[in-house]
Amino acid sequence: MALNQQETAGQDAGGMMPSGPAYHERVVARQRRGRAWAVIFQAAMLAGIIALCALLLNILNQSFGYIAIVNNIDPAELAVDGVPLDRLPKDNLVEILEANVSAGLMRRYEHDMPFAERSRENVHELILERVVEPQVQATWGLFDSLFVRGSVFAEAEERYPGSDVYFRSWLTTSFISKSQSSEPLRAGVRTAIFGSLWVVAITVLFSFPIGVGAAIYLEEYAHKERVLNRLIQTNINNLAGVPSIIYGMLGLAIFVRILEVFTSGAFLGVGDQSTANGRTIISAGLTLGLLILPLIIINGQEAIRAVPSSLRQAGFGLGATHWQVIWHHVLPSAMPGILTGTILAVSRAIGETAPLVVVGASTFIALDPSGPFSKFTVLPIQIYQWTSRPQDEFRNLAAAAILVLLILLLSLNASAVLLRNHFDRGQASA
Amino acid sequence: MDLRRKPRVGESIIQGFLFLCGAISVLTTLGIVYILGRESVLFFASEEVNLLKFFGGTEWQPAIGRFGIWPLVTATLMASLIAMTVALPIGLCVAIYLSEYAPDRTRSILKPVLEILAGIPTVVYGYFALTFMTPLLRGILGRDVVEIYNTASAGIVIGILVIPLVSSMSEDALRAVPGTLRQASYGLGATRLETAVRIVLPAALSGVAAAFIVAISRAIGETMIVAIAAGAGPNFTFSPFRAAETMTGHIVRISGGDLSYDSIDYNSIFAIGLLLFLLTLSLNVLSQWIVRRFREEYE
Repeated sequence: MALNQQETAGQDAGGMMPSGPAYHERVVARQRRGRAWAVIFQAAMLAGIIALCALLLNILNQSFGYIAIVNNIDPAELAVDGVPLDRLPKDNLVEILEANVSAGLMRRYEHDMPFAERSRENVHELILERVVEPQVQATWGLFDSLFVRGSVFAEAEERYPGSDVYFRSWLTTSFISKSQSSEPLRAGVRTAIFGSLWVVAITVLFSFPIGVGAAIYLEEYAHKERVLNRLIQTNINNLAGVPSIIYGMLGLAIFVRILEVFTSGAFLGVGDQSTANGRTIISAGLTLGLLILPLIIINGQEAIRAVPSSLRQAGFGLGATHWQVIWHHVLPSAMPGILTGTILAVSRAIGETAPLVVVGASTFIALDPSGPFSKFTVLPIQIYQWTSRPQDEFRNLAAAAILVLLILLLSLNASAVLLRNHFDRGQASA
Repeated sequence: MDLRRKPRVGESIIQGFLFLCGAISVLTTLGIVYILGRESVLFFASEEVNLLKFFGGTEWQPAIGRFGIWPLVTATLMASLIAMTVALPIGLCVAIYLSEYAPDRTRSILKPVLEILAGIPTVVYGYFALTFMTPLLRGILGRDVVEIYNTASAGIVIGILVIPLVSSMSEDALRAVPGTLRQASYGLGATRLETAVRIVLPAALSGVAAAFIVAISRAIGETMIVAIAAGAGPNFTFSPFRAAETMTGHIVRISGGDLSYDSIDYNSIFAIGLLLFLLTLSLNVLSQWIVRRFREEYE
């Protein structure tokens, strides 16, 4: 409709300009249309910001809030001489545990680690796990908990009589320091964080040297006219657009299957022999390495291209070889750009989920990874698994894990920005 | 003193090594093509499958040997279509706003906001789709209309995910249009809107079109959002409010379980992968071709 009007307006202008009041009217109409669309453009911008806010608020909403708990045994009943469970010394705690669980289980605990060596916290934990046995009945979001507290308590009273309702932050220090558990109240992301760090370390070790090397080759050595070099360049641009899940399938077929002897650690005789297969940290790291390689190369090329050619010519003029010029002059001044690009690529790798599901992240790992040949899980995988569970409490765990992931990514990105600013200032003063 | 160029072994070795680094990217592509191709050939060589059934069938039930790709394709296209109806108008409007309307200060604040949106991992978007968008849709349209898992909410959230992609690529294209064109337009009495929509946008059309196509390719290849929010189990349906599994979602679900090599399930995900790869690759190539072919050069 708007277009039609403009079309006729254009024809009029070509033929005969309206004059007088008609002209004035048209100007007013055009300006009105201009203002209306300006509002639409701003609304679009606002929609984007609202989406971002909704996303973040939704995660905060799920990370904190009231939960209703039913305990198998009320901790208050376990108090000894009026001293609550939380403050009892270790000896009392061991007695309580002995009184409430079977002798066989006690022997198993003793076998795993003698009670004499266990810490008070550890025994306290066991009591919570085996004796108190808290069960989450329901959870509420942060906003319900803040603004309609009354109805939260009323609902809990009505639907879960006898339950204990309290405010819980799902993101706590113990959430970060504890490993995975099938009990939502005791589950943590420790193994996932270690897994992510291991995988990313391998990703960087693999893709940074190769990516920078390729960028140097394409910018400093390659003759742009040669078909082979053009092919490499086009290929890199296309690789950057390949869906990440395809890389997962490449990793599954090559690293997990064909190179299984190497990626399972069997060729070194390390790795868990009973379950040795290629679904290890190193396979995941290499897969993500291939995934972010095009990003690192493209960013590296831009950084190297930005180095003024006078620098190179000065080097050549003093008789330096090609590599000397690159190593001593081009690379140092391109490094901030290369590092910034690398950090951004790494934050992409940290957030990747799909390729790692395909490569074969483990669904449940309670032990910290011990090296590149361990089975692994990573933060995004953990989030995915918790999200896929139907129970609300796992959604809350997923939200808390998302907060951990976002904080990690945010600090990485902030360091990239700081790095860039730092070097920019350094160059300005030099 | 001999000043002739000396052969330097070290230099040649370094150059050779750097060339290898560049060649790894080509090897990656060859690897992808080889792996996807090989497993797909094995897939189509098995007795239960042939190309006609694959591209003609409307039922994907590996358990009973039905391998018709259409349920997965329709779900993929539906989610992408919904994503595009969200992302293209909003992304383009944002780009026009940032490039033609926003003052520099506002722009310098808003651009990082969009970059944050672009930097959030897709699994977080998947969580957002399932725990926010789906309840929202069910609240608005009714719980019996909208299933818990549905392509609509996944599609909308994919749309939000690709808004920054569309807007930043389009904005780059719009800003590359020289200011003299705008000045000339203003000089002839055009309003800001007329300048933006009838002068700058047509001049930047190739870049904007390329952005749109890349966005489509990104939406088709998007995995985690659909894996979490769109549902498990192929379903030949055209209703966006029903659960349906996309190509990427299917690959993730099948490979997430215990998958034995050389089974037809294993081969089948590579056949889907090959289709996905060809689809996204041709879209990406198309977008590059459009940029090259239709770019307006202003010197």
